[in-house]
Amino acid sequence: MSKRKMLMVDHIPVPIGDERNLLEVIRKANIELPTFCYHSEMSIYGACRLCLVEIEGRGLQPACSTLPEEGLVISTNTQQIRAMRRMILELMLANHQGDCPTCVKGGDCQLQQLAHRMGVAKIRFSRVKERLRIDASSPAIIHDPNKCILCGDCVRTCNEIQGVGAIDFAYSGSEFAVAPCFGKNMAQGECVACGQCSLVCPTGALYARPSINEVWAALHDPAKTVVAQIDPAVRIALGEDFNLAAGTIATGQIVSALRRMGFDFVYDTAFAADLMTIELGEEFLERLEKGERLPIITSCCPAWVTFAEQHYPEYLDNLSTCRSPHQMLGALVKNKVTPAKGVKPEDIVVVSIMPCIAKKGEVLRPEFSTGYGRDVDYVLTTLGLSLMIKEAGLNFNQLGQDSFDMPFGFITGAGVIHGNSGGVTEAVARYVSEKVSEKRSDYYVYSNMRNGAELREIKVTLGKNKLNLAVASGLGSVKKLIKKMKKGQAHYDFIEVKACPGGCINGGGQPPGKEKNIKAKRSAGLYDNDKMLQLHKSRENPYIADLYERFLEKPGSQIARKLLHTHYQSKKRVYFDMNNLARQESKQAKLELSICFGTSCLVKGAQGIYSGINQYLNENKSLDKVQINTTFCYEKCSRGPVIRIGEEVIEACTLEIALEEIGRQLK
Amino acid sequence: MNQVSIEDRKNTYEKNSKKIIKRVIICAGTGCVANGALGVYKEFLKEIKKSGQQVVVSLEAEAEGYLVSQSGCQRFCQKGPLVTIFPERIVYCLVKNEDVAEIVEKSLVSNDVVNRLLYKKPGYGTACRTIDDIPFYNRQYRLLLEQCGYIDPEDINEYIACGGYEAAQKACTKLTDLEICRLIQDSGLRGRGGAGFPTGEKWNIARIQFAGRKYIICNGDEGDPGAFIDRSIMEGNPHSVIEGMIIAAKAVGADYGIIYVRKVYSLAVKRTRKAVLDAAEAGILGKNIFGSNINFTIIVVEGAGAFVCGEETALIATIEGKRGMPQPKPPFPVQEGLFGKPTVINNAETLSFIPVIFKIGAEAFRNIGTVSSSGTISFGLTGHVANTGLIEVPFGTTLRHIVNEIAGGVVADDGTVCGINFKAVQIGGPSGGCLTQEHLDLPIDYDSLKEVGAMVGSGGLVVLNKSTCMVEIAQFFMRFARKESCGKCVVCREGTIQMLALLTDIVEGRANLKTLDLLEELANIVQVGSLCGLGKTAPNPVLSTLRYFRDEYIEHVVNKRCPAGKCAALQIGA
Amino acid sequence: MENARTFEKVCAILNEYNHNYYQLIPILEAVQEEYRYLPEEVMAFIAISLGISPANVFGVASFYSHFTFTPKGKYVIKVCDGTACHVKKSADIIKAMEEQLELQTGQRTTGDMLFTIETVSCLGACGLAPAIVINDEIVYGLLTPEKAVKLIKDIQAKEVPGSNEPGEH
Repeated sequence: MSKRKMLMVDHIPVPIGDERNLLEVIRKANIELPTFCYHSEMSIYGACRLCLVEIEGRGLQPACSTLPEEGLVISTNTQQIRAMRRMILELMLANHQGDCPTCVKGGDCQLQQLAHRMGVAKIRFSRVKERLRIDASSPAIIHDPNKCILCGDCVRTCNEIQGVGAIDFAYSGSEFAVAPCFGKNMAQGECVACGQCSLVCPTGALYARPSINEVWAALHDPAKTVVAQIDPAVRIALGEDFNLAAGTIATGQIVSALRRMGFDFVYDTAFAADLMTIELGEEFLERLEKGERLPIITSCCPAWVTFAEQHYPEYLDNLSTCRSPHQMLGALVKNKVTPAKGVKPEDIVVVSIMPCIAKKGEVLRPEFSTGYGRDVDYVLTTLGLSLMIKEAGLNFNQLGQDSFDMPFGFITGAGVIHGNSGGVTEAVARYVSEKVSEKRSDYYVYSNMRNGAELREIKVTLGKNKLNLAVASGLGSVKKLIKKMKKGQAHYDFIEVKACPGGCINGGGQPPGKEKNIKAKRSAGLYDNDKMLQLHKSRENPYIADLYERFLEKPGSQIARKLLHTHYQSKKRVYFDMNNLARQESKQAKLELSICFGTSCLVKGAQGIYSGINQYLNENKSLDKVQINTTFCYEKCSRGPVIRIGEEVIEACTLEIALEEIGRQLK
Repeated sequence: MNQVSIEDRKNTYEKNSKKIIKRVIICAGTGCVANGALGVYKEFLKEIKKSGQQVVVSLEAEAEGYLVSQSGCQRFCQKGPLVTIFPERIVYCLVKNEDVAEIVEKSLVSNDVVNRLLYKKPGYGTACRTIDDIPFYNRQYRLLLEQCGYIDPEDINEYIACGGYEAAQKACTKLTDLEICRLIQDSGLRGRGGAGFPTGEKWNIARIQFAGRKYIICNGDEGDPGAFIDRSIMEGNPHSVIEGMIIAAKAVGADYGIIYVRKVYSLAVKRTRKAVLDAAEAGILGKNIFGSNINFTIIVVEGAGAFVCGEETALIATIEGKRGMPQPKPPFPVQEGLFGKPTVINNAETLSFIPVIFKIGAEAFRNIGTVSSSGTISFGLTGHVANTGLIEVPFGTTLRHIVNEIAGGVVADDGTVCGINFKAVQIGGPSGGCLTQEHLDLPIDYDSLKEVGAMVGSGGLVVLNKSTCMVEIAQFFMRFARKESCGKCVVCREGTIQMLALLTDIVEGRANLKTLDLLEELANIVQVGSLCGLGKTAPNPVLSTLRYFRDEYIEHVVNKRCPAGKCAALQIGA
Repeated sequence: MENARTFEKVCAILNEYNHNYYQLIPILEAVQEEYRYLPEEVMAFIAISLGISPANVFGVASFYSHFTFTPKGKYVIKVCDGTACHVKKSADIIKAMEEQLELQTGQRTTGDMLFTIETVSCLGACGLAPAIVINDEIVYGLLTPEKAVKLIKDIQAKEVPGSNEPGEH
């Protein structure tokens, strides 16, 4: 056996394992090297310069981008390094908006913590950058460039992990910035509000739009009945903000805290997850039976739904029509099952407590107002709830264990595991397998689906059917999966998609994890919760059976479709006027013609048609008879290319069809 | 396609040019073109015809008469348009259209000279008849740039006739990759891009990489203010760069090459593109070049203008269609470069030295220059001197020789030559430093410059007279660095912003002695802490002026006075 | 019909570069040649065609000084502010031209869209300092403020007949 390779870190020999860089080796030696821009899951960026260490014979080198080599002699704490770190923090702070006491990240800000840790006592430089506008255009995410230290974590998350690219670096030198396309607002770009950027942001430059004040106002309004519902992933992560280990189930304390803050009723979104399991399971079985609109793709993640609407209009028919669980519950509470006798639906305020930022945007979708205002009024993130608990002065860890209100407080394990990537698939598998085989089976037979990978393919046999299931989390993984499908390299029957890597447990609204392997710990917390519960299959939930009996009739009934299902439409990727792109004006025009140049139409050949028409008109010397406009999306992308000729809107247009129609109308 | 060997091309060219009586070479470098060289060229064609003589513009076929051609930069830019008459080697300066008839009559038809157009040494009045009489030229060492000034950059045959592509042929057909690397290592050639990394060593590292594809990139970005060497080479002798690339390709096993040229260098872009096309047509680029089994293709990429793209990893990013931001090294480009493949990046000057080394031999090359830096080095000589232009000197030459002998001495603001007016030399552009009187006898090479806080950089050499404020010069370079910092790493981005702010405080009278300490502390940290070489060298102008002109800084901050009288805020009564 | 024809060219450019996103910079350069600047909607169109995000295209375009997002004048005058030109007082040249064109602080393009004045780091014509280049084609060297103003007046006289008699003001 060969001797283990060693290097020296501050006079201590440290073995080299499979670490990819010096930073990881040094951390293994229990030295917390400061850094802003190193994340093991992303590419090495090397820009914050805080992890510089002294290597004998080589001088100062960044630990993040240096390979561990045998015999290196490293110092992490020299006079020069100390001076350097302080200077770097001073430089960052000189132009930083230093409103720490009122900043959302106050107390939890890495810049603040490091400045403190490194003993930065004075900032000797003056502010030279002008204050920039805070972008609060998005319903979900607020971008404050004045607090940005340009570590690039958000950009790499958005591009490398999520594959969205809503924000990127822009400009250079002293104007270097993180910005949405063309320096526009977040709301005008492609942001799907997954909030992963806010999770990695070390400062308060990107954060979830707070709803705390609105929720307090509702709680303090005696006319309102305020209903809370808690997502499965909240219970295993909130505790982290109160010094509990990641994965600790704190359901009882949370319910207790909510009651003490004044919530009138506290429900469990996991109940609605049980309900969704059944609706989705039935939808799946129906599609399987008819052999249409497969693979069925889950729709419980609003960031994914937005992403699909922007990028994959051709798959919108494949999306399950199920609402996300909290929207199901909101609609039920406002339309059918008021919490108590005498409570008028219009006085109910539904507050969803979610690990998710995208749901802040989801609640504003017009489809989710079925009766009395919005079905869900406000979305609080896990972090938002934590702040409210702290504001109320509640000693969270000492609170007793309270129970949810009935009927929407009774849950099975199948509902709880929805918070994990793969959880929806497992819950549906538990339901569908029994439905098909009409035999009881053990709930854990599908636990082999759990392996934490962001892209999983699972083969199962359900009755006669051999099915291919896929689980994807992180939009980057989803893109890969769809690419594979489009190339015909894979075929699936069922796809579960979560926009956040690892699922809701790692949602954008969760506390930024401080422990190692945070996703695995939280995920284990939910599976433990499943184990601890008495029931594990959604169909066994007696309150759900009761709900169908009394109100919903059966899965997919007319009332179920109204309250529990939704629909989708393709959306533009960028929201600003693009109609002048190729405007061809003509005063003598007899005919006006508009061609859609949205993504989907473009892919489907709009450009060729456009060129063809131009050529045709040119050859026939009738260019001046037709005014050509391009539009940037009729939002009918799945049926593209779309062309409007005169009053006629032609879908799935070809050059031949277009020319024929032009010829007809010109006569 | 029927390939003509380079020997045949050479013989044909010689045969075709046998009956050429004289050659008129008009400098068509950017400087001379700006001053009307193209008009002069046309005028020559017209006037020679008018005088009843044969005018030859191309040697495609055998021809008789006077050959009129355009060359790349003849280097004495200030005196352009320049016209050289061969074989006499007469140089005419500041030639105007109306002078052409007289030149034709006296210098071509008869063997006389037009005295009034000859270069005259300031103060002496004696006219210099030939190129070898002019101090600006005869005090230089012409190894690399000689060809630049007389061959037609758009004629591949002329390059071949001068022995061009023989080195490439030898490399491809007679030498092994290891032998080539050894040869270049033995020559002691160091990269002219700034850092001075030994070229042969770089090639050898790339050579031993195991990869299906490797790339050679010619860096012709040259964004330094004050440097124009690469530009002159690509304008004046683009084939020498291509030849260097072919040899590099053979040495490391690359089959693709990219020449990256700044877009604003429009003439260089045009001539390089033409040279690549011509070489491909001649079978010198493409498949099985020189009948060997080597395939090598070159494409020309135009740079969209960012100083930082001179940095290797940033250059790669920009070729890949990304923002030109440097990446942390390792991995080094020779290991993982363009599209993740081993990539050798050399600048244009370095590459055009390669055929020269083949021609004169490694040892001869090594004998030129100093122990640590062999060969010659080119500078863009500008600023407050009598003669500006492009110069080439062996390493080890002193600044005194350059300033006094080649440049003809320091001039005052009114243009008069006056030796005592010398204040400083800014060498190496924004990455370099300022040197003073005391360095005038320092033999220049990579290491001696580094020791005194400057560097060769990309070869800008600006002579400054006494009316220059050194703090203002530091501020000027810092403004440049702040603008051109890519913005990626904190130290460079924020550091240049704050250094500029501090320098502005000094220039505008808001500073005290503590400001100087803070400036120096910050500059030292930017020097060691930045991500890329450009960030690391950005504080050099500040540090070197603080080192050699501290008194001047102190005057600014203590007495609120600018000794050079430049800083408006510190002038009396202001 | 200007727009449409230009747009046809954009499509042709994308085809020429095979819709390869590695070629983004040359594509943007070619497109800018057509429009003389990069309109947002065209950049968005390019992004979608190349399968990359619009933010990415903007990030690349905004990095390089060559690209511009506002229309430039017919004559783009780049004034070199490299070291050599700087020490030979390029600042005076800029000031003289700005005064002649009545440009306000921060304004780079004249109201009649005839001129844009920019400073560049180096034109590589240091031997001719101070130097300017007009429309990336013709370099004018060894300038004085007077010569620079004359250059502008000559163009004005050519472009706006009768509006400008040389030597006036």
